[in-house]
Amino acid sequence: MNQVASGLVTSQWNIATLGLLAASDGAINWHTLFFFIFALTACGFALAVLVSSHVVRMAFFLIVSLSAASGVMFTSGAHFVGTMQLLIYVGGTVVLLIFGVMLTAQEAFITLKTKAGDWVLGILVGGTLLALLVQVAFLDPTWHSTDYQQRLAAQHEAVTEELRQELLAGRDRSELSPETLQKLADLESEIASGFPENVGRIGLALVGVRADTTDESVGLAGYLLPFEIVSVHLVVVLVGAAYLARAKRRRTDLIE
Amino acid sequence: MAENISTWLPPGWEPLAYLVAAVLQAILIIHIFALGAVVFIWAERKVSGRIQDRLGPTRTGGAFGWLQSLADGVKLLSKEDLMPKDADPLLFRIAPYLAFAASFAAFLVLPFSNGWVALHLNVAIFFLVAVLGLEVFGVILAGYSSGSKWSLFGAMRQAAQVVSYEVPLGICIVIPVIIAGSMDMVTIGNQQRGLFTNWLVFHDPFTMMVFWVYATCAVASVNRAPFDLAEAESELVAGFLTEYSGIRWSLFFMAEYGSMFLVSAVGSVLFLGGWNGPIPIFSLLIDNVPWLADSWMFVWLANFFGLLNVLLKASLGVIAMMWVRWTFPRMRVDQVITTCLKYCVPLAAFCFLGVVFWVSTGLPFLNDLAPAAPRSTVREGWMVEREERVERTLSRLEAEIAAAETQPATVDDEPAAAEEANEAEPVEPTDETVKAGMDDADRAAAVASLAGGEQ
Repeated sequence: MNQVASGLVTSQWNIATLGLLAASDGAINWHTLFFFIFALTACGFALAVLVSSHVVRMAFFLIVSLSAASGVMFTSGAHFVGTMQLLIYVGGTVVLLIFGVMLTAQEAFITLKTKAGDWVLGILVGGTLLALLVQVAFLDPTWHSTDYQQRLAAQHEAVTEELRQELLAGRDRSELSPETLQKLADLESEIASGFPENVGRIGLALVGVRADTTDESVGLAGYLLPFEIVSVHLVVVLVGAAYLARAKRRRTDLIE
Repeated sequence: MAENISTWLPPGWEPLAYLVAAVLQAILIIHIFALGAVVFIWAERKVSGRIQDRLGPTRTGGAFGWLQSLADGVKLLSKEDLMPKDADPLLFRIAPYLAFAASFAAFLVLPFSNGWVALHLNVAIFFLVAVLGLEVFGVILAGYSSGSKWSLFGAMRQAAQVVSYEVPLGICIVIPVIIAGSMDMVTIGNQQRGLFTNWLVFHDPFTMMVFWVYATCAVASVNRAPFDLAEAESELVAGFLTEYSGIRWSLFFMAEYGSMFLVSAVGSVLFLGGWNGPIPIFSLLIDNVPWLADSWMFVWLANFFGLLNVLLKASLGVIAMMWVRWTFPRMRVDQVITTCLKYCVPLAAFCFLGVVFWVSTGLPFLNDLAPAAPRSTVREGWMVEREERVERTLSRLEAEIAAAETQPATVDDEPAAAEEANEAEPVEPTDETVKAGMDDADRAAAVASLAGGEQ
C-alpha cells in the first residue's frame, strides 16, 4: 500500500487531496482504505443504476450503492447514521421494489427506456445539484484538509504531554487535573470509535431534551414537535394508501 | 483483538494485524454457518423422524447417521448448476449470495460471550434489525429472476409476510432495549448477570409474555413452518427455490439455518441471559476470589463457558423451531398476516406499554429476588474501551517517567527499566474521575461484571 501511495504522490494528483492511504508512521490506514473502497462502490453502482434499463436490476444496483454509502458512514465512525441508512434507505428500496415494481408490473422483466430529452433534462438538473453540492462542500475551509487523523494524533500528543508535565511535577495519578483527564478520555474515545455517545444525544433530542445546547426557549429545544408532525403525516399517508387500495377492490366487486 | 495480534506479529508487520483479525473473525463466523448447517440439518432429520415415529437416518456414518449431512453436501456440490432459459442471469446468480451476505452481516454484531463479538457496536441491536430485514431481498430477487410462476408466487408471499412480521418483531426487540437503556448487546447481556432470576424474561409479567411474541415473529422471520409460505413445497413445488440446485440452493439453506441460529441467539441474549448460565458459578468466583478475577486465563475460561451457554441456548431455540415445524400445519397467507398484524402487533404493543409502566413505577418482580449489580452500573462498550485506553496511556506515561528517573544516564537499560516499572505498577484500576458520579462500590461491581462471563 505504501508503494501505491508513493506512486500517487509522483503523479499530478496531490496525495493530500486524495486522502492519506498511508498514515505518517507508515502504517496502513484501514479506515481510509475502506472509506475509498466503499465510496467508489457507491459511485460505481449509482452509475450502474443510471445506465441500466432493467428495473429490478436497477433496484439491486441501488441497494448495493446505498449499502456502500452506509459503509462510508461506518468507516467514518457514524454507526448510528450508517445503520439508519441501512434500515430506511436500503430497507425502503426493498419495499419500493416489492410494491412499486412487482405489484404494478404488467409483464415480466419490465424495462425502462430513457428518451434523449429525458437524458438532457436529467443531466441538467443532476449536474446543477452536483455543482451546488460541490460548492457547499468546499465552502467550509475546515473541510478542505484530509489531515483529520494527524490533527487528532497531534491533539492527543499535546494532552499526553500536559499530563506528562503534571506527573513530572511529582503529582500522583489521583491528583491529575480532571479537565485534562476528561480531554484525554474524549480524545481516546474519538480515536477508538468516533462519537458513540451521540446516539443517546439524538434519542434525547427526539423526545425534547437537547444535550448539545443550553437554549431553553420554548419550542426550539428539542425535535419532539417535528418528530410528531412527521409521524402523524406518515400515518395519514398510510391510511390514505389503504383507503385507495380498498376502493379499487370494491369497484371491481360492483362490476362483477 | 487486533491489538493482541499485533503484539505477536514480527516487527514491521503490525499494520496487518487488523487484516488478520478480520479474516480470523470472518472464518469463525462462516464456520457457524457451515458446521451449523451440517449439524442442524442432521438434527432436523432426526427430530422430524422421531416426531413422525420414524428413526430418521441410521446408516450413513454409523448408528445415528452422523454423516448424513456430509453425504448430502457432497451430493449438492457435485450437482449440475442449472439456470432456466427465461431467468435473468445476473439476478439469478447473485440472489443466493445476497441472502447469505445479509445473514452473515447480522452475525458481525452478535456477541457470543462477554465481549466476544466481531464488531462491538454501540447500536448493535439496531444494526441487527436493519440487516435482518435485508435477507428477504435475496429471496424476493430469487423468486422474481427465476422466470417461473412457482418462484414468483413464493416471492410475492414472502413480500406479504415480510411487511406483516417486521412490525411486531421490531416492537418486541425494543422492549429489552427500554429496560436495559442501551442498544449495546454486550451491555444488555451483562445486565442479566447473576442467578437466572436476573434474566430479562423475568423482569416483569409483560416481558414473559412478549418473549413468546418474539418467538412467534422469529419463526416467521426465518420462513420456517408454519410460516414457510415462500417455500411451501406441497403447494408451490419449492417456491422461490424451485429453479435452484447445487451450491446456490445450499447457500440459501445455509442462510436459513444461519438465521434460525441467529434469531435464537438474539432471543437468548435479549431475554434469556445470553452467556450467563442459570447458576452463576463463574461470576461468583470472579466476584469473591480476587486472584481468580485477576488471572486472564480464568476470565478466558469463564468467557469460554459463556460461549457454550450462548451456543446451548441458541441450539435449544433451533430445536424448538424444528419441533414447531413438524407439529403445526402450514398457515394460509391470510392466516399468517392475521396472526402477525391482528394478534402479534396489539399483544406486543400492550406488552410495550406494560413494560414502560413497570419500569417507570419500579414495581418489584422476580428480578429483585437475588439482584446482581444495578443495571445502571453496567457501562456500554465504548465507555469501557475509553477507560481502558486512558488507563493504558497513563501507565505508559508513568512507566516512561519512572524509567527516566531510575536510569537517567544509560540509554541501553531503559527498556528493561520500563518493563520493571510496568510490573511495579499497581494492577487495580484506579478511579481517574472519568466517572465522577459513581461511588467506589458501584464501580467495583461494574468492573467485576465487565471482567468476565459466567456459567
